[in-house]
Amino acid sequence: MLKDKVKALFEEPACGKNQAKSEKDRKAGCSKPLTPGAAAGGCAFDGAKIALQPVTDAAHLVHGPLACEGNSWDNRGSGSSGSDLWRRSFTTDLTELDIVTGTGEKKLYKAVREITQRFSPAAVFVYSTCVTALIGDDIDAVCRHASAKYGVPVIPVNGAGFVGSKNLGNKIAGQALLDHVIGTVEPDDAGPTDVVILGEFNLAGEFWQVKPLLDRLGIRIRACVPGDARYAEIASAHTARVTMVVCSTALVGLARQMQERWGIPYFEGSFYGVLDTSESLRQMAKLLVARGAPADLIARTEALVTEEEARAFARLEPYKARLAGKRVLLNTGGVKSWSVVAALMEVGMDIVGTSVKKSTAEDRERIKILMREDPHMFESMAPRDLYRMLADGEADIMLSGGRTQFIALKARTPWLDINQERVHPYAGYDGMVELVKQIDLALRNPVWAQVRISAPWDDEGNPIETVVGFPATDALSPLPAGERSRAQHGGEVSEVGATASVIPIDRAAASAASEPDDSFAARHRKKFAESRVESSDPDYLARHRKKFRNTDADDMGEC
Amino acid sequence: MAVVTATQKAASVNPLKSSQPLGAALAFLGVAEAMPLFHGSQGCTSFALVLFVRHFKETIPLQTTAMDEVATILGGADHLEEALLNLKNRTRPKLIGVCTTALVETRGEDFWGDITLIKQKRAQELAGTDVLLVHTPEFEGAIEEGYGKAVAALVDGLVQPAAGTDAADRSASKVAILPGWHHTVADIDLIRDTVESFGLEPVIVPDISGSLDGTVPGRWIPTTYGGTPVEAIRGLGDAAHCIAIGRHVRKAAERLSAIGGVPFTVFDTLGSLEAADRFVALLATISGRPVPAKLRRGRSRLQDAMLDGHFHFGGRRVAIAAEPDHLYQLATFFGGMGAEVVAAVTTTGHSSILEAVPVETVTVGDLDDFETLAGQAGCDLLVTHSHGRQASERLGVPLMRVGFPIFDRLGSQHRRTILYDGVRDQIIEAANIFQAHQRLHTPESLDPFRDRGETHDGHSQVAHH
Repeated sequence: MLKDKVKALFEEPACGKNQAKSEKDRKAGCSKPLTPGAAAGGCAFDGAKIALQPVTDAAHLVHGPLACEGNSWDNRGSGSSGSDLWRRSFTTDLTELDIVTGTGEKKLYKAVREITQRFSPAAVFVYSTCVTALIGDDIDAVCRHASAKYGVPVIPVNGAGFVGSKNLGNKIAGQALLDHVIGTVEPDDAGPTDVVILGEFNLAGEFWQVKPLLDRLGIRIRACVPGDARYAEIASAHTARVTMVVCSTALVGLARQMQERWGIPYFEGSFYGVLDTSESLRQMAKLLVARGAPADLIARTEALVTEEEARAFARLEPYKARLAGKRVLLNTGGVKSWSVVAALMEVGMDIVGTSVKKSTAEDRERIKILMREDPHMFESMAPRDLYRMLADGEADIMLSGGRTQFIALKARTPWLDINQERVHPYAGYDGMVELVKQIDLALRNPVWAQVRISAPWDDEGNPIETVVGFPATDALSPLPAGERSRAQHGGEVSEVGATASVIPIDRAAASAASEPDDSFAARHRKKFAESRVESSDPDYLARHRKKFRNTDADDMGEC
Repeated sequence: MAVVTATQKAASVNPLKSSQPLGAALAFLGVAEAMPLFHGSQGCTSFALVLFVRHFKETIPLQTTAMDEVATILGGADHLEEALLNLKNRTRPKLIGVCTTALVETRGEDFWGDITLIKQKRAQELAGTDVLLVHTPEFEGAIEEGYGKAVAALVDGLVQPAAGTDAADRSASKVAILPGWHHTVADIDLIRDTVESFGLEPVIVPDISGSLDGTVPGRWIPTTYGGTPVEAIRGLGDAAHCIAIGRHVRKAAERLSAIGGVPFTVFDTLGSLEAADRFVALLATISGRPVPAKLRRGRSRLQDAMLDGHFHFGGRRVAIAAEPDHLYQLATFFGGMGAEVVAAVTTTGHSSILEAVPVETVTVGDLDDFETLAGQAGCDLLVTHSHGRQASERLGVPLMRVGFPIFDRLGSQHRRTILYDGVRDQIIEAANIFQAHQRLHTPESLDPFRDRGETHDGHSQVAHH
């Protein structure tokens, strides 16, 4: 039964990735076999829970042993404008005795009762997990009975971890909404400008930067799934006129089936980036008008877009000079890669690589068009390779999720969180400005220069006197051979004299300019004032090594 | 003597526990060039990994056998074998610590049989890598049990018996130290310095101070990059003495005694002046050396901190939720400073230490029970991990973050909590929270006719710490 369901989910005709496959490949499904000992990423349960958890006024009850919920709760930064029930954690926390004696179903039933009586949720989502699926607990039946008994919708979500990946879990969650939720409430105020947004998680509350735009145009959000959603809104989503799919590989199947069942047209769009935001608004207006919204909506949208774009570009202008040419490595599946690629190119940044793990074939095409020359796309990169790339200075900043955060930081490379734990809102026109501002802040932080300085001692801990300055004993310390006073600092070779402190390279240069000094150090500084040599340049390194063959400072190129 | 009660709820609300395999993985992360491996579906590993990363702010080596639907039905031995070989090839670890999960334990396979067969069949490929197994299903226990089992497995699986049984064959200076899971990187550094100051040679198993202490190694290392070397654990059989800290590592000390005849001492806590005194006195006895001046100075500093700090603790009402041995350490600490522990919640009821916790009742429950009990009792301070933040907001009571996970504050690994210096730090930290949330007197609060009969004047209003 579950197998049939999973198969059906994989046969999604609206999935661009799927369409590109041969019939045989399509039958095989899109779950790649995982490699034991070399797998990363969440399971189907993880995906299902993520897709529904931000529904704010519902209780999310995980049926299984502790870890599935206990190790993962309250870990996502979705914003709620109402109830905080969704942040509470509910699990049946099955014990060995529960499993052996088969009392799991009873415990689940009781748990639903306790939750409905104590917290009065608008609905209860019940998630199955590996162990409860393995021992055959019939959560569908328990949910049906509990729902009848306590008069609250109780929705089973059958996405045990072992059935597949996180992405499959997203799909399973969408299917649960379609099977049990959407269409169960008839609103009395359905209107011609009602829309549904699918796959928007309201991370850091960022959808609140978009909603006012829609409000201004008179477009009403019937339901935003799942960010800041109320259960009743999702239940009445079938009355909307248009669906916008934001995170396409996760919920596009849901959009397609809503179209089939209720005739709601859908389009894929994005609120990341100035131009993409505009494009999404235009699309939405066009489709709404086609379905009976006032025709002036299109003109009003154009007016709003023109005004907002001008404002956003004016606000981005000051950053352009600083960010142009900076190299970005994008490593995320959480948001549409092409969308962020386009957004960053708007301010003149170079994309040196982007992951396309969760992108559709269409997404890839868009990236290729956007990045014109040499689009460096990768499915996923091993931590080791990622580290090497960053440590070698092939990117100025990495944008990714928390999982790879510390790879970047250990490689002493600026990093910005663009996944679920982030605290800054990046959607809409204001969001793009915020994203660029955060990138600028990350790149300009003075810590990078400091953490890349190598210590002023050698591997045995003996001070390299040419690097350490002793201001008080300047006149007394004999100056070393000229060549030795060049030391490497991170990716750069900088000049330091006997009086210079190792840390602020700029200050060393500045002091040289202000104090006329005829010492060797001063002459040396002057001589090398213009030299900034890439440590990764093999020619330079070879020359350098040869030159310093007999000196202490031959740890060049280690960093 | 505390009474241990359990709540009878079907739904656990806001869990206090982290899972058992996570605790086992933490122990393996304290061994050099090690790789913990969860035998289960990939989500089990992913959740634990993300939680570790959020707590330590480090890259964490942790892998999975990635059980899928077919393996769940037909058995996971092939996945285990493939995972071991893949890990060996890709990361060349000295040690792979296999931690089972509820999924495979519910199936109930003969894992040790599987591993033995794999080791035989793949002897050549796996040469130079020890493979250990711990049974850690999530449907029982929590971090403490998992950690305790893994430390016992390290001793059981690696330690070689001493060459001879004579006292003469025994090392005079080697001391085995088995810290608890709740000891931070800074705690372990403190233990090492203290032991070394007597001229003794501590072998700390496991030692997260070398692997999870937050450094920038300068190159990519796929396994742990520090911790106790496997060879050092192997050579523990001739240690002069073994000191275990916390009852959850007692079994490991017993195993070491059984294998190598190493005499051992178990400390329930090192989190008080008196406990630190006994620890230091034991080291002086083992080494035959006097207590160094530095430690004596440290003791005096602690005495002074206790004198300065006790004003802030006296009469304060504190609610604590923690794993059993950690709860004991915290409750004795706060009780010893004059505070009253009005609510004590723990993860599992199996530990013998719970009866010794200086409170009337210990409740085995979740953070929802904790919130309810703390709210009913009225308290000035909540003491638990970061997930206590919701209770703190709702009750309007400040939260002191302790244990695991601490994902919304920096530096949890560098806080000292034991021995003279650590207890002093804890006194200062708690006293500062109390001072930051001091209630100013108002005409209403001092009105002699207010609230007659009420001994506690409600809780403070500021929750942000």
